[in-house]
Amino acid sequence: MRETWTLTKRELHSYFDSPAAYVVMSVFLLFTGWFFGTTLFLENSASLRSLFDLVPFIFLFFIPAITMGTFAEERRSGTLELLLTMPVKDWQVIVGKLLAVILFLMASVSLTVIYALTIASIGDLDAGATIGGYVGLILLGSACASVGIFASSLTSNQIVSFILGFAIIFALFLLDKVTAFVPSSLAGILQYMGTDFHYRNLLRGVIDSRDVLYYISLTIFACVLTSYSMSRRPE
Amino acid sequence: MIEVDGLVKRYGSERAVDDISFQVQTGEVLGFLGPNGAGKTTTMKVITCYLPPSEGTVWVDGLDVRTHSLDVKRKIGYLPENTPLYQEMTVYDYLTFVAAMRGVDSTQHASRIAEMADVCGLETVLGKRIEALSKGFRQRVGLAQAMIHDPPILILDEPTTGLDPNQIVEIRELIKKIGKEKTVILSTHILSEVQLSCDRVLIIHKGKLVADGTPKDLQESFSSGQQIRFGVQTPPDPVLSVLSGWNGIQIKETVRTGDAETLFTITTERKDDLRPELFRLAVDEGWVLTELGRDQANLEDVFRHLTTD
Repeated sequence: MRETWTLTKRELHSYFDSPAAYVVMSVFLLFTGWFFGTTLFLENSASLRSLFDLVPFIFLFFIPAITMGTFAEERRSGTLELLLTMPVKDWQVIVGKLLAVILFLMASVSLTVIYALTIASIGDLDAGATIGGYVGLILLGSACASVGIFASSLTSNQIVSFILGFAIIFALFLLDKVTAFVPSSLAGILQYMGTDFHYRNLLRGVIDSRDVLYYISLTIFACVLTSYSMSRRPE
Repeated sequence: MIEVDGLVKRYGSERAVDDISFQVQTGEVLGFLGPNGAGKTTTMKVITCYLPPSEGTVWVDGLDVRTHSLDVKRKIGYLPENTPLYQEMTVYDYLTFVAAMRGVDSTQHASRIAEMADVCGLETVLGKRIEALSKGFRQRVGLAQAMIHDPPILILDEPTTGLDPNQIVEIRELIKKIGKEKTVILSTHILSEVQLSCDRVLIIHKGKLVADGTPKDLQESFSSGQQIRFGVQTPPDPVLSVLSGWNGIQIKETVRTGDAETLFTITTERKDDLRPELFRLAVDEGWVLTELGRDQANLEDVFRHLTTD
């Protein structure tokens, strides 16, 4: 466990030692700030709904951008060989990296708390929906991060990794939107498999264990796939 | 001790390592020799538990790499062919990271890094980012990384590639120093390196082991006879008439150099040393001896003989 944490710390250091993390965070804030600010006065309601509606779309790009380097860059530079010949298990490496991405996401998302505080000071903020929204974002973000890391483990090219990650996360996001085009017997399953469906549930302010379980399962499933992909070592 | 037993590693249908077996004793410095693509790196990757063996196995101090990879990894320090460094980290942070991952107690980090900096000559660059370092320094950081946890076994894949001649000498000295206490396996395609720093040599060709022995043994067992340079200040004819009576020798070349000196190149299949006999002959005949030397096949000849088709 200590090794996992050491790896997480190294990852976080490498984000913040380069300009990438600051650029990514600034862009995230710029997008959320713009869309939150412009709709707030139009709707004239004390709600973070517009923010929570928007962030999953930002995650589509934001998360693959963070995860694209996780394994692809280590593969390219040969440091993967260093990591995998250290006395750690493959899953420790995967969890270490996932944890770093999740912490970075949490740091970025927590910057939007300032919007929540602003609204709470001028109106009556629905605490349940807000907490549900943040829990949803973290869970959704973790699952997408895990998928993005899987995409990164498939290649040594960061661009390919980004596009793959984006494609998979987008596909999962769309699953509950295409139910009209499939037989009704499949619709329920498809809807349940979609990431956005569960996020919508959480947004209502009810933290249902089924939704939480879904995200945790997806996160673990993508980690398992990553460990399979890592057992195929680059030569 | 490392025991490689019937190791086979396949990439698809290609056999990169084809049934190799050997042992390395504790404290031995073993040189891995072979042309590029012979299977040296693959063998090392199996020993370090990076790649699983396709057939056969490797035991490190009695631990099987297939079932006890974590324990095996703890005993090994490894420098891969492409020095694996995180470019954005400083040397100090990088070594701290490796030490922590390698399970070095955090109270020991500073002293271990200081020791590695001393051994590998890194004192001046500890605070620098790795991307700013020269190739020579990077290689030394790679070596420091491999030794930070004081492993009993060191596996170095082409530790001197890309270094300038002075740096090569330094790294070689370092390996010699380390080799006194540790088991070292190093791969190279520089032959003089093996002669200078290894107790034993393995030559691998197309995934198969083709030679195993000390550099001296290999030279002797693969030399087909010997070649002797014999120079006297005499015209060639009297010498040739005496030598033609000797058994089992051929005069390969006769060169007259300036002032009445003649240089003969004699080859023979005989294993005994011809030089004392030639010296006595020169004394008896009253010839002034100007040159007398023996050439045996060197490691380079052995290598070429074994690895060309």
